[in-house]
Amino acid sequence: MQYLLLIYSNEKEIAALNPAERTSMTEEYTEFTKGIIQAGQFKAGDRLKPTSAATTVRVRNGQRVTTDGPFAETREQLGGYYLVDAKNLDEAIAIAARIPGARIGSIEVRPIWPPQT
Amino acid sequence: MNASRGDQGFEAIFRREAGRVLATLIRLLGDFDSAEEARQEAFIAAVEQWPIQGIPENPGAWLIRTGRNKAVDRIRRDVVFRTKVQGREIASAEADAAAIAEDEDDGTFGDDRLRLIFTCCHPALSAEAHIALTLREVCGLTTQAVARAFLVSEETMAQRLVRAKKKIRDAGIPYETPEPSLFNQRIQGVLAVVYGVFTEGYAATAGSRLVDAELCSEAIRLGRLLDELLPRNASVLGLLAMMLLHDARRGARVSANGDVVLLEDQDRTQWDRAEITEGLALVEQALNVPGQISPYAVQAAIAALHVRAKTKEDTDWPQIVGLYEVLLRLQPSPVIELNHAVAVSMVDGAARALDLVDSLQARGQVSEYHLLHAARGRLLQQLARPHEAREAYLAALHLATLEPERRLLMARIASIDAAPDGA
Repeated sequence: MQYLLLIYSNEKEIAALNPAERTSMTEEYTEFTKGIIQAGQFKAGDRLKPTSAATTVRVRNGQRVTTDGPFAETREQLGGYYLVDAKNLDEAIAIAARIPGARIGSIEVRPIWPPQT
Repeated sequence: MNASRGDQGFEAIFRREAGRVLATLIRLLGDFDSAEEARQEAFIAAVEQWPIQGIPENPGAWLIRTGRNKAVDRIRRDVVFRTKVQGREIASAEADAAAIAEDEDDGTFGDDRLRLIFTCCHPALSAEAHIALTLREVCGLTTQAVARAFLVSEETMAQRLVRAKKKIRDAGIPYETPEPSLFNQRIQGVLAVVYGVFTEGYAATAGSRLVDAELCSEAIRLGRLLDELLPRNASVLGLLAMMLLHDARRGARVSANGDVVLLEDQDRTQWDRAEITEGLALVEQALNVPGQISPYAVQAAIAALHVRAKTKEDTDWPQIVGLYEVLLRLQPSPVIELNHAVAVSMVDGAARALDLVDSLQARGQVSEYHLLHAARGRLLQQLARPHEAREAYLAALHLATLEPERRLLMARIASIDAAPDGA
């Protein structure tokens, strides 16, 4: 089964990390990503630019409405994701728990619909 | 083959075998829904055939075989369904099913039942779902019975079960016992569900009944099952002991009118001696398992001190206070703190206890808890401050939802109003 692991954290808290903490976090992410690639679980993953760089697009009644910022103001913001292949939810949860961001923020584990045949 | 019996006999058999049958069918068929359908069809077949053929020697194995056969028939008929059953081949399903002998021993059933319990109590499901699924799937209660116990409509409970099973399917919750590193944490989750069922039966949260004996019995049955499947586990033993020692007093807790009878006023001859004996033995076992002390075992030890007392005057309150302090270190909670304060009042007096309760209230976590205000009321009465006591009882009444408790609080208020000096 495929799962999307959505990494949420409070952007202000992340921004407040000092350079040493930031470097340490990056190294941990590199290690983690290597690990799940080796385990054959990694399908994709990226770090997102902060919500200050986000734009929201909606089309209503044929009209395109474009606004500055994320789709909603939330306490934690989406900062990155991993797309993984896992045997079942327990395996996906185990992967999510090892994401460095899980210690600071929240990881949403969302199963993906299998392709319709 | 035994002689055939009426439908009442069948119902008891179904209840007893329901969890075991479902658990094995899930392993054989690979998913919850198929297994549930198969079990249902097996029950229907039993109701049709057992009156004619007699009840089989091993009803559980008969139900499993029948359920499995019906499921395999359905797979054969429904090609589309076959391709969707997550890649399982009919051949492998049949091979597994062929392995069921008439006399398959409880060891295999045991693993399956544990897997079923862990699945029903998976952390990815909501607390409501845990209780609904466990009572329906493991205990075999009807949807109607579970709905009644939690004071919701049958439709609401049915929907809750549908959503929970959908989550199991959609999210890929596995039908497995957890890996060793997570085992203890997941067990605590299961025990919390069993405890939730028991407390709902012992001290319901709303409605007109104070106790629901059937829920208490189901919780104890679950506790016994867990003890059978996970022997010498301090938490399991502790929870089972605690439930038995409370259940022993269940009859004496309610008067003929359905009113609350507090511990100190209970007729101790009404306590169930058999449950007390068993409970006391289990507390000893729980406290003697090497390793961590379980909070359930400490709660059971407190209950043990209450039941050991021949009369309320004999109660070893200093020991109880000490045990509450152990419990607070293990598992701090506002409710435990409140119980500790009440115990302290029996040793150090009402003034000291009131300080503790006021401090608890000031920290703001329990202002919506009616028993906190009721406890304050009692202590204030003991300190001859009737006006404040009345206010505290009113606050409790404002928050209390259980009819018998409301009546008790109104009676307290009435007695203050009736006394000449308001005491």
